[in-house]
Amino acid sequence: MDWITIFSTTIKSAVGVETVLYALAAIGINIHFGYTGLLNFGQAAFMAVAGYGLAVTVTVMGLPFWVGIVIGLVAAAILALLMGIPTLHLRADYLAIVTIAVAEIIRLVFRSVAFKDIFGGSDGQRGFSGGFQALNPFPEGDYGFNLGPIPIFFPHWQLWVMVVGWLLIALCCFIVFLLMKSPWGRVLKAIREDEDAVRSLGKNVFSYKMQSLVLGGVIGCLGGFVYGLAYGSVQPDVFGTETTFFLYTMVILGGAARVFGPVIGAMLFWVLLVLLNGTLSEAVAAGVITFIDTSQAGALRYVFVGLGLILLLVFRPQGIFGDKREIAIDAR
Amino acid sequence: MHAETTGATAAIDRRAAAEAVFKDMARDPGVPKPDPILVVDDVVRRFGGLTAVDVKHVEVQRGSITALIGPNGAGKTTFFNQLTGFDTADSGTWTFNGKPMNGVPAHKVARRGMVRTFQLTKALSRLTVLENMRLGAQHQKGENFWRALIPGAWRRQEAEITERAEELLARFKLDAKRGDFAGSLSGGQRKLLEMARALMVQPELVMLDEPMAGVNPALTQSLLGHVKDLREQGMTVLFVEHDMDMVRDISDWVIVMAQGTVIAEGPPSTIMSDERVIDAYLGAHHDAPLSESELEAQLQDAEAALEAEIEEETQK
Repeated sequence: MDWITIFSTTIKSAVGVETVLYALAAIGINIHFGYTGLLNFGQAAFMAVAGYGLAVTVTVMGLPFWVGIVIGLVAAAILALLMGIPTLHLRADYLAIVTIAVAEIIRLVFRSVAFKDIFGGSDGQRGFSGGFQALNPFPEGDYGFNLGPIPIFFPHWQLWVMVVGWLLIALCCFIVFLLMKSPWGRVLKAIREDEDAVRSLGKNVFSYKMQSLVLGGVIGCLGGFVYGLAYGSVQPDVFGTETTFFLYTMVILGGAARVFGPVIGAMLFWVLLVLLNGTLSEAVAAGVITFIDTSQAGALRYVFVGLGLILLLVFRPQGIFGDKREIAIDAR
Repeated sequence: MHAETTGATAAIDRRAAAEAVFKDMARDPGVPKPDPILVVDDVVRRFGGLTAVDVKHVEVQRGSITALIGPNGAGKTTFFNQLTGFDTADSGTWTFNGKPMNGVPAHKVARRGMVRTFQLTKALSRLTVLENMRLGAQHQKGENFWRALIPGAWRRQEAEITERAEELLARFKLDAKRGDFAGSLSGGQRKLLEMARALMVQPELVMLDEPMAGVNPALTQSLLGHVKDLREQGMTVLFVEHDMDMVRDISDWVIVMAQGTVIAEGPPSTIMSDERVIDAYLGAHHDAPLSESELEAQLQDAEAALEAEIEEETQK
């Protein structure tokens, strides 16, 4: 078995583009679910409108890269408003139902044959990351170092996405930190606990929930940009519901309502997934495991991730950064 | 010592003033008060076919403690919900300080100085006691999204709010708990916290929905003291309560509701001997003796039912 490759890919996955894009989207979920108690099951839709906003602006309309970014951000904000206006007056479960439906509608519109000229059908769009790579300050080549025998190198284009991505994560975490320490964040957390109590104290609950939905959606949409720029393409099925559920897994893994919870959660999630995948498929290839083939190994890793999540919820329900006392209280 | 005496005199004055106002007032539902803070007209709330609230006219005197009592299902809490904007009335108008309040959303009702508590206490469990208190303060600069990002913009105000919160917590003897999660407090302490938090809003009218529900007797006295204290500080109190001892002890005036309407008003000392109130609580004919023929009819009904049952059994 090739342990060098397994460890190399695993370590790289801790900071790689997947981790970056999922961490950004998970920070958004953390604002919705962790701080405000909004069950948004459509975070993938925010990523999708951002990714497609950028892709369509550049490839179909022929406008510059930064215009695409602006359009993507605006699209995410509008999506949040559209989802929020009919549902935020209602009970929390309605938002969950509507968001999951909206996310699926958006995915199916993007992959529909009728709009193939614009969105590219199930193949998606490609060839719009040139504008971003043109800004790349790193000359062509691989960058990294050897950790003992383990090589950790990234190509220059990936490194550029990672640098920008991690800067965005740092910025978002800083914003979340500032907000959640402030009276504004206090209102959000109070809404999570009991909306009516907050209303009785003279706060416009609808407005705060909307602000939370827009903020989390806009931060989440950064994940969609990173996806598009890292892979140079967008496909509709990347933004399916399982993406949103992975995000929830990460938030719970790291600890909900903690500034760094979603970031650590995303890192752990991908490290575990890549390590399991590498080990299983190497073991199958080397003939150590004989009862499955390599494609089954890919599916089996999710079984282990699910098992891990169950164990986490049993033994550490508050997540990595969570406060055990909060869980003990939550017997409403 | 001196300050204490003047304080006590002021307390007596407030109570005496309230009593003087109500001394010769008529006992009819909707009786006009000399200085009403809250005036309600024709408020109706229906749930399908059921008319939960149908209040023709009622006034609440400023600076008094008014109790709202009535048997279960009388519509007291529903009426509270209408007035505070937590539920929409089907029709009717009501004014607070002379300003119309129908259709005003709950958060604006609170901002105008009419703050309520809930029958089932709503402590914000995973916020600390102090954070619960701070939330009650109005006009917070840091509650604006953009200003929240600049701590310098709200720090000073936050310090002022914290100071006020600490004072109130000390008054309600919750200061030792300031750093604990509100969810870890006992039922009675939660009631205290909810009341203290409502005071952070600096209301003119405090509306308490069953402030004594689920509070142990040891805390009851302290809660009663706090409610009386509100009047001493010039606030008006309207509260829903089942405990008649408490109603007698602290209220200046009692409004009785039954089946959605106000059926009687009066001072607490005599209200429970009012015919209409006894009827509402115990039924209109609870003490009327049965006549001979009625007894006979009841007996026959019972026998017929018994026979039918026996017949059914034998047919099987």
